[in-house]
Amino acid sequence: MRERLAISRPVEGACGETGTWRVFKPVVDREKCNSCGMCAMYCPDGVIDSEYEIDLIFCKGCGICANECPKKAIAMVREGEES
Amino acid sequence: MLTISTGNNAVAAAVREAGTGVVAAYPITPQTEIVEQIANFVTKGSMKASYIPVESEHSAMAACIGASITGIRTFTATSSHGLLYMNEMVNWAAAARLPIVMANVNRALGPGWNVWAEHTDSLQARDTGWLQVYVATVQEAYDATLMAFRIAEDRRVYLPVMVNLDGFTLSHITQQLEDVKIGDFIPPLVLDHKIDPAHPGGYGCMTSSVDYVRIRSDIERSMRDSVEVIRETEAEFAKRFGRSYSWTDDYRCEDAEVLILSMGTLGKEAEVAIDILRSEGVKAGSMRVRWIRPFPNLDLGDRELVVIDRNYSFGFGGILAGSIRAKTGKTCYNVIAGLGGQEVTYHDIASFVRNRKIGTEEWFGVKI
Repeated sequence: MRERLAISRPVEGACGETGTWRVFKPVVDREKCNSCGMCAMYCPDGVIDSEYEIDLIFCKGCGICANECPKKAIAMVREGEES
Repeated sequence: MLTISTGNNAVAAAVREAGTGVVAAYPITPQTEIVEQIANFVTKGSMKASYIPVESEHSAMAACIGASITGIRTFTATSSHGLLYMNEMVNWAAAARLPIVMANVNRALGPGWNVWAEHTDSLQARDTGWLQVYVATVQEAYDATLMAFRIAEDRRVYLPVMVNLDGFTLSHITQQLEDVKIGDFIPPLVLDHKIDPAHPGGYGCMTSSVDYVRIRSDIERSMRDSVEVIRETEAEFAKRFGRSYSWTDDYRCEDAEVLILSMGTLGKEAEVAIDILRSEGVKAGSMRVRWIRPFPNLDLGDRELVVIDRNYSFGFGGILAGSIRAKTGKTCYNVIAGLGGQEVTYHDIASFVRNRKIGTEEWFGVKI
């Protein structure tokens, strides 16, 4: 079919490994997490899976998950400063 | 059936006959009667369409874009300031390759506030990727609107078409109208790139310059291919319904030594001027230019040219005259006449020919 119009289809990583944009990294405290799923629901990049594991190859570090977490179980830690 | 109609009602009747599914429009003088009539058809059930009243012309075209991308036949109509207000979406509709048909009832731009005929409104949209045809009779407004859908929806084109008719001197005058039963003249719309909920995607999203150039060039490829599609469509229309149209409407041009070139209703007025000039022994002919995009290949020979422009590009000149100069390399006598509904009689037009000074421009009625 002749290409008439710029149409993008949803695929993983269409913009490359956007995790490299990150300044702050989300770190989950498993003791506090009660698996409510708010973080995954709000994540604009859909990088939090059903086990609440965060895909750091694509996570841009926006911090929305940490902001939304009702248990304050996610800390935003500057890249390279994690203990 | 032979009936009588205004130009506006003829357009509305053609939109109904074409089986249009969605109409989104905002009323503006002198276009109002078109959308009022379509709203009447929908309300009374003689037209099975969604009529979307919107808060502005920008929204009207945006709604048409949203409807058209689902693969349904879509129409809107506007005039003058309405067309300028929707201009962002007018550009989008063409580049999104949507076969929307729009009637523009040509009207001057303010200030000073003026509702009468002039072509500067639609000619400001000539670089948008829309095909543009200018009509001069009620019958032609009807026929051109029907053909516009078939041309726009052809896979070789997939571009919107604007049908232009002069405000009041055509939109509100009454002439005879022979309507048609359209049958299968306009095939069902098949839009290859329509939205498919099973395969979601982003339409017209951020695009690299490499892809942008490639996709933009496809608009021009289709614009060039539309030449053949228009030819085929007008030939098929003539075969089925007995009325012939072409790139220009020629009157006594065969042996003419001087040609009047014009657009819209002034081109019909010019035919009377030709008869007057012929009775004086002047071998004159009239060539009314119908299509502006794609711009036709005009066979002008070595005849002298008098070009009447009911429009103006400030700092440049009449747009039709400029286009003819650019495309044919021929010089002309350019008369700027009929702006803001200025009365131009056939006697005036005959005098343009008698007093022609090739290579110059003149504003009818004023000295500049």
